[in-house]
Amino acid sequence: MMLACKEVMRKVSQGEDRHLAFGERVALRLHFAICRGCRNATAQLRFLRRAVRKLSETESAR
Amino acid sequence: MAVDFKSQVQSLRPYLLRYAQLQLRSAEAAEDAVQEALVAALAGEAGFAGRSNLRTWLTGILKHKIVDAIRKSARELQPMPGEDDASEFDALFDERGHWSQAPDAWEHPEGALEQKQFLAALEKCLAGLPARTAQAFMMREHLGLDTAEICKELAITSTHCWVMLYRARMALRMCLEESWFK
Repeated sequence: MMLACKEVMRKVSQGEDRHLAFGERVALRLHFAICRGCRNATAQLRFLRRAVRKLSETESAR
Repeated sequence: MAVDFKSQVQSLRPYLLRYAQLQLRSAEAAEDAVQEALVAALAGEAGFAGRSNLRTWLTGILKHKIVDAIRKSARELQPMPGEDDASEFDALFDERGHWSQAPDAWEHPEGALEQKQFLAALEKCLAGLPARTAQAFMMREHLGLDTAEICKELAITSTHCWVMLYRARMALRMCLEESWFK
């Protein structure tokens, strides 16, 4: 069964917080193979973690 | 030697204060957490013996004080209407759950990380999140807690926790797209 983009993004977010089951990871990969929008948005959600880490390490952003 | 330790600890105060402020929002609460951490650190100098990085050690102590402060104030932060469901992002998707407008790739996100203005924009986006959503997100990404700990401290279910983190990420993605990557 194909996931809709909406479900994909929820799973991608959860994947940052818990270990996704094998079936969930496969479903995401299948979806990414055909959906550029979800690939882009996923890269952006994951980028947030690096961005906050950078913020944490920086003495002051101002 | 003891005087030296004390001055080294004091010199890290601005860093610690900023670290606490990113999580706690309230300058007063951040100030209190740092003060408590510094007192604990100076009293526990022996605990530092043999470790190489003072900043890492102090940050670890501060993290505990910050979590204490969150626990104490968790009851005061009331949920905003609609803060606990993710339906506000439904507008991004059509009735079949596909993107109404598929997201484009961002240009040079890694380069943005090196720019102070980008980090300022990120801080502004974080400040725009509802208080509880921001709190859960920063516990995860700034303090580096796992969702089990976050659920416990905020007394919420793990499903609730995932919804809040999802909301935070989607809102931040949109905010950065608007304010920086457009």
